[in-house]
Amino acid sequence: MLRARAALLAQLRMFFAQRGVLEVETPCLSRAVTADPQLHNPVVQLDAPRAPRAADGQPLPLYLQTSPEAHMKRLLAAGSGPIYQIGRAFRDGEAGALHNPEFTMLEWYRPGWNHRALMDEVDALAQETLGLGPARRVDYGRAFADAVGLDPHVASTAALADAARTHGVDAVGLDAVDDDDPALRATWRQLLWADRVEPRLGRDADGAAQAWLVEGFPADEEALARLRDRGDGVRIASRFELYADGVELANGYDELIDADEQRRRFAADAARTGRPVDDALLAALDAGLPVCAGVALGVDRLLMVRHGATSIDAVLTFPIDRA
Amino acid sequence: MATYSTNQFRSGLKVMLDGDPCSIIENQFVKPGKGQAFNRVKLRNLLNGRVLEKTFKSGESIEGADVMETSMQYLYTDGEFFHFMVPDTYEQHMAGQKVVGDTSQWLKEEDMCDVTLWNGNPIAVTPPNFVTLTVTQTDPGLRGDTSSGGNKPATMETGAVVRVPLFINEGEVLKIDTRTGEYVSRAKD
Repeated sequence: MLRARAALLAQLRMFFAQRGVLEVETPCLSRAVTADPQLHNPVVQLDAPRAPRAADGQPLPLYLQTSPEAHMKRLLAAGSGPIYQIGRAFRDGEAGALHNPEFTMLEWYRPGWNHRALMDEVDALAQETLGLGPARRVDYGRAFADAVGLDPHVASTAALADAARTHGVDAVGLDAVDDDDPALRATWRQLLWADRVEPRLGRDADGAAQAWLVEGFPADEEALARLRDRGDGVRIASRFELYADGVELANGYDELIDADEQRRRFAADAARTGRPVDDALLAALDAGLPVCAGVALGVDRLLMVRHGATSIDAVLTFPIDRA
Repeated sequence: MATYSTNQFRSGLKVMLDGDPCSIIENQFVKPGKGQAFNRVKLRNLLNGRVLEKTFKSGESIEGADVMETSMQYLYTDGEFFHFMVPDTYEQHMAGQKVVGDTSQWLKEEDMCDVTLWNGNPIAVTPPNFVTLTVTQTDPGLRGDTSSGGNKPATMETGAVVRVPLFINEGEVLKIDTRTGEYVSRAKD
């Protein structure tokens, strides 16, 4: 597996070298916290010269990054052009068959592209690394309806809760009635998606692995993507995901470049989570982030699918419980 | 009692669910591409033995259950209750027929067994894996009779009925595996 990982990393670097995308490295540590309320940064306390300190001289906490997104967008705003990074990302609270709190992420950005053009490049990368043929294009709402029998964009909390029960998902302490709380409705939708839909994605009727590119995700799940109208008043995010063999491999979108809109979304998240806003990222957006599309891909999972592993532990040198 | 978050759930942890003590069998972390993470948890209800599958929002906490497994000596039954004693402290506990269930057929006075206590009250009794019991009744084995597969029923001193080889006679002491209810061997003195 050591050799398999090294071969995959070499193949990924070759892929981007041939396409003129520049490899960059940005810090794992930052004074900024992720804006996504569902993600949790591990906290690190440094005591080094020049490390950020409070007015009284005490060192400020630094946060291990949940993705290199903020730093890479600062590079894009400074005029870096197309860039990619293969590095470590950290997410506290996440460990399981598909999760390790520390993992390898491939993230890249394409200035001047939209998410459709980037989907084609993700498809090309998946074909080169997985050899599963061209990716099937799938609509989020359709995949959800096929598995659960409901339109996820309009279904009520009660209908979603009912469907969960019918499918044998017994959720503890989750209110099934209140329809006025959009966050609660989203939670039921995400529960059904994670439990009932995702395991079926990226598989043909016989269960053999395929690559699927899913798009048309609900608007409320993405803090840093552009939104658009589906055509019937339903707001969807300009976002896509790559799945293969029931495993989510990549998540990409048209990056939000409107600093005022970003400031509003950060403020709304901050009001809910109490987390500070990333001022450096907002300053970069103010200075002007080019129109661009970006995507993050889990390298460990790519290795899992490539070698048919069912647990992420099989592709790591030392999983968290042995680190 | 302490509370435990889903991140602390591990196999064997005892928690309260819908008012019943449960033991966690398996804890699986699932998270969609974006959004809320969940834990799919398999638990055994310690009162009725039923296995449940529940989904929790990750990070949620539930109350721990005050459940302890204690090694105790079986003393006697008064017909209604079974009486047990912790040898070190002489502390005594009694358990009804409902709690002891089929385990009663393996309980021999003075034998040690595991008693599960919830809030200090017995909710389950587990016999030792092997017990030595005396045969109180069995028909003499007929030489050459192979129609019964080479064995015959024997009633033990505790009331249990076990299939034993044809050469076993009344009054013999046998080693029995309580997990399968099968004869292992004659007990060595």
